[in-house]
Amino acid sequence: MASAHHPDHPALAGGAHPFPHSHLLAISALKPWEMLYLLGEAEKWVDYNRASARTDHRLAGLTQINAFFEPSTRTALSFEIAGKRLGADVVSLGVAGSSVKKGETLLDTALTLGAMRPDVIVIRHGSSGAVQLIAEKLDCPVLNAGDGRHEHPTQALLDALTIRRRKGRIEGLTVAICGDILHSRVARSNFQLLASLGAKVRAVAPPTLMPPFIESLGADPYTDMAAGLEGVDVVMMLRLQTERMAGAFLPSTREYYRFFGLTEARLARAAPDVLVMHPGPMNRGVEIESAIADDIVRSAVTEQVEMGVAVRMACLDVLTRGRRGIEGWTGGAA
Amino acid sequence: MTASPKPLCLAGGRVICPATGHDGIANLMIGSRQVTGLGDAPPPSHAETIDCTGLVVAPGLVDAGVFRADARAFQMGGITRAVLMPDQTPPLDDPALVSFARGVGKPDVWVHPLVAATRGLLGEELAELGLAREAGAVGVATGRRGIASSQVMHRLMAYAASFDMVVVSHAEDPDLTREAVATEGEYATRLGLHTAPAFAETLAVARELRLAEATGVRLHLRQVTTAEALALVRAARARGVRVTAGITPAHAMMNETALAGFRSFCRLSPPLRCEEDRLAVVEAIADGTIGIIASGHDPQSQEAKRQPFADAAPGMAGAETLLALGLTMVGAGTLRLPALLAALSTVPAALFGLAGGSLAPGQPADVVVFDQNAPWRIAPDRFAGASNTPFDGLPVAGQVRRTIKGGDVLWQV
Repeated sequence: MASAHHPDHPALAGGAHPFPHSHLLAISALKPWEMLYLLGEAEKWVDYNRASARTDHRLAGLTQINAFFEPSTRTALSFEIAGKRLGADVVSLGVAGSSVKKGETLLDTALTLGAMRPDVIVIRHGSSGAVQLIAEKLDCPVLNAGDGRHEHPTQALLDALTIRRRKGRIEGLTVAICGDILHSRVARSNFQLLASLGAKVRAVAPPTLMPPFIESLGADPYTDMAAGLEGVDVVMMLRLQTERMAGAFLPSTREYYRFFGLTEARLARAAPDVLVMHPGPMNRGVEIESAIADDIVRSAVTEQVEMGVAVRMACLDVLTRGRRGIEGWTGGAA
Repeated sequence: MTASPKPLCLAGGRVICPATGHDGIANLMIGSRQVTGLGDAPPPSHAETIDCTGLVVAPGLVDAGVFRADARAFQMGGITRAVLMPDQTPPLDDPALVSFARGVGKPDVWVHPLVAATRGLLGEELAELGLAREAGAVGVATGRRGIASSQVMHRLMAYAASFDMVVVSHAEDPDLTREAVATEGEYATRLGLHTAPAFAETLAVARELRLAEATGVRLHLRQVTTAEALALVRAARARGVRVTAGITPAHAMMNETALAGFRSFCRLSPPLRCEEDRLAVVEAIADGTIGIIASGHDPQSQEAKRQPFADAAPGMAGAETLLALGLTMVGAGTLRLPALLAALSTVPAALFGLAGGSLAPGQPADVVVFDQNAPWRIAPDRFAGASNTPFDGLPVAGQVRRTIKGGDVLWQV
């Protein structure tokens, strides 16, 4: 499965560096084979995570800072577990404890974090581009855990890994991403990753939540959910923030559910073996019918969470190889 | 002011005066802080002669709309008069504040303030326009943002028309652009930025033009940046609406692709547009629809700019680069040199009723001498003040050699 694209494949011989990046900031910065390399690395950690004895502490002695300037439960936890499972000393800084609240500028905070000499920093921030701005000021690897509406690269990777394990491939599949695409960094990262790996992607949303020029990210726009789900192999639902009602994006949650909720009747339009995904947390009865969310055959929601840890372990491992002195690996933003 | 300096002769340069139509090698004579003559007569023996061979001698630039009175930057840029926007701290919404602002640059740079259209620039109550005019305001401005209420705008224009004051409008629909930091388009979608459609400008321009037509006021649209809005301006002028349009070099030379990598120096207001709109701006400069080119000088501190794109303050430092960027447009064939100099001095001086913008005898001796071809690279660390230019690193041609204000040489290279 993964081996056909594996970086150790002779196609990549000849000194090509499989992942020549100091940071992981955006899917848009990656080549398709670099995405596949990370997926291949993550694959190795899935079985490892399921085993009872976990003794690979390759990040022992390294300090990982998780700086979340925006509230997060699952992504923060996933990065924390990923780091700890590899033996790193993980320190988490939540928004409540940050001096941003005391008026410190973002760059001053970045320099302060950098002065602690961490070996890797994971950052989430509410402004698009903020993580890149911080990364430019730091000399250690930075992982983007979500910046504004821009990108959420590890989420896209874990979604791709989930799809690949369930479907055996990504190329040739039709994937519909449905819901509040305008405000979604998950959608932006996923469109680019899935399109790069050869999937056909659709953006399904009401016109007020559909960004213009979404075609440029490789997606076909649909404002009719039934048409958008016709024959698809994967349905990826997005969370609807209830505060969207205030901005006149939508009239009500019940109207949204009526036209854009994932119900059994709508799902019947998709391929018989359709896979249902959701980055979480779900609003049952707003964007997804409870029974579908709980269907262990079609729903991959919990598996996505599991793949998340493996993907983040792979990213932490790959990005710190340079500073751990692994032969052939340079950089790590040294 | 100190005593009148020695008579000065700028000898042998190409003297271009858009006001009189003069364009040719000549000696420009200056005495008693005024232009005293222009021709090929040799300078009187007691005059100080400056050899301007190979250089261009033109009226000092009149910058139509700056946010900061930055004397040193203006001198470096050949700017001798600047029209100051009311967006100061506090806003220039009171005759006393206008009167004070009028004096801040003297004697080196003359600052001509615009009075805030509404108290606190809040778009609700009219400021004392008539008293402000008596205090020295050369026009009225809505400030960085448009006025949301059509009723307030209508009354503003009707009232300003009775004093024959120019109304300077920032024409972007304030509601559509409320959270926007970029123009709706492929780049903004990729970067995940809050956007407003480019037609936010069309809507506002259409309203301003109709209200100007109804009230007869002189309307100046400080920046018109889209093809649609420019078409509206052309049509309005054709039917006699008293409207002028301006631009800054950024919208004529850059498009939305400059946002790549979240460059906060390219966060401008209005935001950068698509390439089709940029080309429409170039065409409008060429055909005279856009008659005024200004720096929009709006220096920002590092703290205000070194932020995530959406959190960064909009605006650019532009005084030092205005002439060189204009000359780049001349080099590209957009307009001829005399037309550029008119857009940088004569036209704005006439619009706001200022002295200057002319080298006719009796005019104030406000002169810029520049080398049209001298190459340099825009290097913000050499700027007088803030360094927030989106043109950082751009190679340009055209260097100011001397800036002369009222007969005093304030800057020379």
